[in-house]
Amino acid sequence: MGGVKKIGEPKRLFSSTWSRYLLNVLSAALLCLALVYLSVSRAITPYTSSLIVQIGYNIILAVSLNLAAGFLGQLPLGHAGFMSVGAYAAALFTKSMDLPAMLEFPIAIALGGVVAFLFGIVIGLPALRLRGDYLAIITLGFAEIIRVIINNLEFTGGAIGLRGIPRHSTIAWSFVWVFVTIYAISTLIRSRHGRAILSIREDEIAAEASGISTTYYKVIAFAISAAFAGVAGGLYAHTTILLPSNFGFMKSAEILVMVVLGGLGSILGSVISATVLTILPELLRGFKEYRMIVYALVLILVMIFKPSGLCGRYDFSLGSGIDRVFAAIRAKILGKGGNAK
Amino acid sequence: MTVLYQLINGVQIGSIYALVALGYSMVYGIVRLINFAHGDIIMVGAYAVWFLMVRLGVPAWAAVPLAILFSSLLGMGIEKVAYKPLRNSARISLLITAIGISFLLQNLAQVVFGADPRMFTNLFPGGIPFGGKDLPYVTVVTVAVSAVLMIGLSILVSRTKIGKAMRAVSEDKDTAQLMGVNVNNTISFTFALGSALAAVAAVLYCSSYAQIQPTMGSMLGLKAFVAAVLGGIGSMPGAMLGGLLIGMAESLTKGYISSKLADAVVFGILIVVLLFKPAGILGRGVREKV
Repeated sequence: MGGVKKIGEPKRLFSSTWSRYLLNVLSAALLCLALVYLSVSRAITPYTSSLIVQIGYNIILAVSLNLAAGFLGQLPLGHAGFMSVGAYAAALFTKSMDLPAMLEFPIAIALGGVVAFLFGIVIGLPALRLRGDYLAIITLGFAEIIRVIINNLEFTGGAIGLRGIPRHSTIAWSFVWVFVTIYAISTLIRSRHGRAILSIREDEIAAEASGISTTYYKVIAFAISAAFAGVAGGLYAHTTILLPSNFGFMKSAEILVMVVLGGLGSILGSVISATVLTILPELLRGFKEYRMIVYALVLILVMIFKPSGLCGRYDFSLGSGIDRVFAAIRAKILGKGGNAK
Repeated sequence: MTVLYQLINGVQIGSIYALVALGYSMVYGIVRLINFAHGDIIMVGAYAVWFLMVRLGVPAWAAVPLAILFSSLLGMGIEKVAYKPLRNSARISLLITAIGISFLLQNLAQVVFGADPRMFTNLFPGGIPFGGKDLPYVTVVTVAVSAVLMIGLSILVSRTKIGKAMRAVSEDKDTAQLMGVNVNNTISFTFALGSALAAVAAVLYCSSYAQIQPTMGSMLGLKAFVAAVLGGIGSMPGAMLGGLLIGMAESLTKGYISSKLADAVVFGILIVVLLFKPAGILGRGVREKV
């Protein structure tokens, strides 16, 4: 639809910000209700619904890493570290509390996010003094240290893992948190602060010369990215047993694959690639061993032939999308060049 | 006496780290890439020796050189296929490709050889009585071989024509090309050399630790990388020094603090070095031009 001709000034349905917000919230709520209805009415099996929850936290992981990698332009290789911090914080909270799930689960997830945010600040402050390769390595180092420490602590269950976490993660909750993540990160990017973050990606020295406090914005963006990794960790924790070995470098790299494949700097791309890369291995269950080989090959080939990823930096807006569809229909009805109105 | 043993252990594992770190450092110096796949070349080297000796019954004196040859060809091949097309694109793409190659090698090994660890026979059994205990031959051989290789490498880089070409390319690729240096061949040679050193390190490492598995390269590689950063990435004496220091630190932590925390200490050293002297002990700082 990119090539639609501008027809005079057709009336746009969703020109104001609030109308777009309303549209987005309504359609998200409808989609959520539909999914919940399907799962309650047993139209989708528990297996499918657990897959949807999995897609949910993978989307959160990819979108949050995209904030640091795609929009801030740094390359953190320790996202799994923040995810593990959030996961353990949330899981330990629900395990120690005896509240109804409706109350304790959102608090646990938020707690996971807050703890990961704090870790993001503590790690980001020193780490972000470095850039490029060195930043990648130092975040990797921090994530490894987090993993080793979790592995050796008593209250985290050590290498045996943390068991008996209530299975609170439902489709509805994971949908809510995906929505919160995408909403928060996309509005952040479109705000004044977001422009500051993008300017650091384009040229850090020029950004600093223009009066942007690069340290502040780098640390904040990095910590917000970490916070949502913690949220995803919280969701993940309430589906399974937590094992420190699942949060190694491989996990960080897997998240990075999703972001790079979707396109650094495209939220839509991250959502699509996280979804596809979660479903694909399930479809290829017989080829589980070959899954990672395919992953690796895809990663290498994408880097060689299309380094910008699937979507590049393109992002989708529901409001203007609908407007463009209407504009196209109008153009069809009125015929070519029909400026009849 | 125990201190002495810990230190000897430290020197042994440190020499292995140093050999691997040299590969990281040379490659970084010449193409400015953290070659994440380098650790997995160690794994490939180890499996190559194991496959030749256990499956094909090749004697050790033939298996080791063949495995070294195979590893260097693999290293060159990886550079030609995956890194060369990206030489002029963003550094982040190159780094992600390297991670991809590392994934690929690990998972290929997992499919071909299975995820279970395999036993690796010690190629240098026995030991010399030393201070009440036996000093294993492996330790002596490891330290000796590493020392010889490092001296040889220093001579190669400082005295020979190809060494001069390597230094020229790492200084300035374009100018080197204008001066008639064949940049592609020099880069290939560097990768081959680094991979050969990794294969030697694999043989030495596996002879004393007895087990090989598809993921063994990643931790070993990361630690060697830490060693390269500690010594100053891009600097060859730095890589050797860094390797020895990391080996000592790890061995002393294992002996006196806790064997579980050794990895955390190594990465802690990395973080402290990066924060206070990102160029490393012997590295040169790079100023950014505006």
